[in-house]
Amino acid sequence: MKEIVVISGKGGCGKTSVTAALAQLAAKDIVLADADVDAADMHLLMAPENTKEESFYSGKLAVVDQEICTRCRICIEHCHFDAISIEEGDLKINEIDCEGCGLCTHVCPLNALHMETQRAGLLFEATSRLGTPMVHARLDIAADNSGKLVTEVKNRSREVADQFKKDIILTDGPPGIGCPVIASLTGASLAVIVTEPTQSGWHDMKRMNDLLNKMQIPAVILLNKASLNAGLAADIKKFAADNHLGYTIELPYDPVFSKAISEGITIPEYGRDDLTDLFRQAWKIIIETLK
Amino acid sequence: MRYKLAIASGKGGTGKTSISVNLAALMADNPPANINQVLLSDMDVEEPNASLFFNDPNCMLRQDEHRLVPEWDQQRCTLCKRCSNVCEFNAIAFLGTRVLVFPDLCHSCHACSTLCPDDALPMKKHKMGESAYFKPQFENLTLIENRLDIGQPSAVPLISKAFENLENAAIDNSFIIMDAPPGTSCPMMEVTKNADFVLMVTEPTPFGLHDLRIAVETVKKIQRPMAVVLNKAGSGRDQLIEDYCKREGLDIVGKIPESQQVAEAYSRGELVYKLNNEIGEVWQQLGNNLKKQMQL
Repeated sequence: MKEIVVISGKGGCGKTSVTAALAQLAAKDIVLADADVDAADMHLLMAPENTKEESFYSGKLAVVDQEICTRCRICIEHCHFDAISIEEGDLKINEIDCEGCGLCTHVCPLNALHMETQRAGLLFEATSRLGTPMVHARLDIAADNSGKLVTEVKNRSREVADQFKKDIILTDGPPGIGCPVIASLTGASLAVIVTEPTQSGWHDMKRMNDLLNKMQIPAVILLNKASLNAGLAADIKKFAADNHLGYTIELPYDPVFSKAISEGITIPEYGRDDLTDLFRQAWKIIIETLK
Repeated sequence: MRYKLAIASGKGGTGKTSISVNLAALMADNPPANINQVLLSDMDVEEPNASLFFNDPNCMLRQDEHRLVPEWDQQRCTLCKRCSNVCEFNAIAFLGTRVLVFPDLCHSCHACSTLCPDDALPMKKHKMGESAYFKPQFENLTLIENRLDIGQPSAVPLISKAFENLENAAIDNSFIIMDAPPGTSCPMMEVTKNADFVLMVTEPTPFGLHDLRIAVETVKKIQRPMAVVLNKAGSGRDQLIEDYCKREGLDIVGKIPESQQVAEAYSRGELVYKLNNEIGEVWQQLGNNLKKQMQL
């Protein structure tokens, strides 16, 4: 089984548009996964019909028994996250600040505190409107642990791929280079770095490449908005060659991308054959690189 | 008085950094009467980009940033396993008669260190990133960039450090702009919960709306006042965002039109707030609206 993860470092480079376009072209062969769990947008293009919905529990929260607590403040002094205070005579745990480490429960001389597991979000198995099996998730508002939910999405997409006998998982990754990104890349066969010829896109792509080297994951580049800055576009192409990264295609800076999103459709569905051909070419290169 | 403005968005690439750098320059150029200093803190620590927009600014100071993680003291340890039992993050494991600490999993909560009966896990400094202080070519403007090391999983401890750096750098009557990370989970909340006001940047697409909605719900939960900037206006369906903001009672303090000229300037790392056309005017207006909203 091969796992392709679409990633960018910088947000807004077009990860979701690119993933959706590739999914459209390869619909028969893939399981689609959306690993950008705290701003999951793939479902807006894929109108998935959920076949399974599960609560995802992760992380704990300290809970106080006001009857037992004597407000001795020992927990307050020990908490490294400033999550405990006394308000109107009651001990108060700030849910946003509580890290779930449990130190307060251990130092409390009266056992007035205990930890409770929190619901962090929902995990869905679905069928997308393209007919592909799809795994996606939604982090609860102000919930913690998006990295762990990403790992859940990844694990579930492997099970689904087994079940439907699909050889390829195509995953839309989150922005950045931190915990959720590392979680989405773990176990990847190939990363597709979507970037753009802007100072920010260029800078973030180099950091992404450093992370991929560290994780020893091979990568190919897909340059979006290439016509925006010819000089930087050339620099990125040279960077790919110098660093033994595959180079797939260059897409133009074109209003059609925003328009397609606004209509809730993929680029191949928009009927721009020139762009669809480019995506076909990209998919071919990706598959060849996987072999 | 210190005023902390967070520039946030759920969706990445809507223009947080653009808005942050242009607004910082605009405010530094034309500061409100009661403001002596503008501080721009780049808190998008996974991918900090603000310094790219100030033409290779003079770096005054660069320093390593650390967090505390436990270090095993073999001499003192009696292998009682209290540490691995209390660690909620699986950051401590026993391998035969050795204790392994995994800094990447450690949340720096001190539980193992505090609860070890033999003082065998003292907390030691562990490098997580660096911060740099830049002096761009604007009087009264300082940029503090906070940069996470590659492979470090958690942005949150470095963001806490970034707030400490701000406290040290701020003088009375500072106007502080914080460029937040994208998303709506821990790193974004860490920035917005410490802000006096949150400016949400969005774009007129269903993606922009969907992620704006989650970001707004998140900021409501931490009870911060906010307003919206609509970036790339005209490129999709502005009505989507306008209708939502109306329903939610959120003010749209600026609409920045989609423009090839702006996109190209952005690609080169240039500021656009002073352009001598309708774009420049939009920026002036945005600055004025914000000053009004924040009662400066």
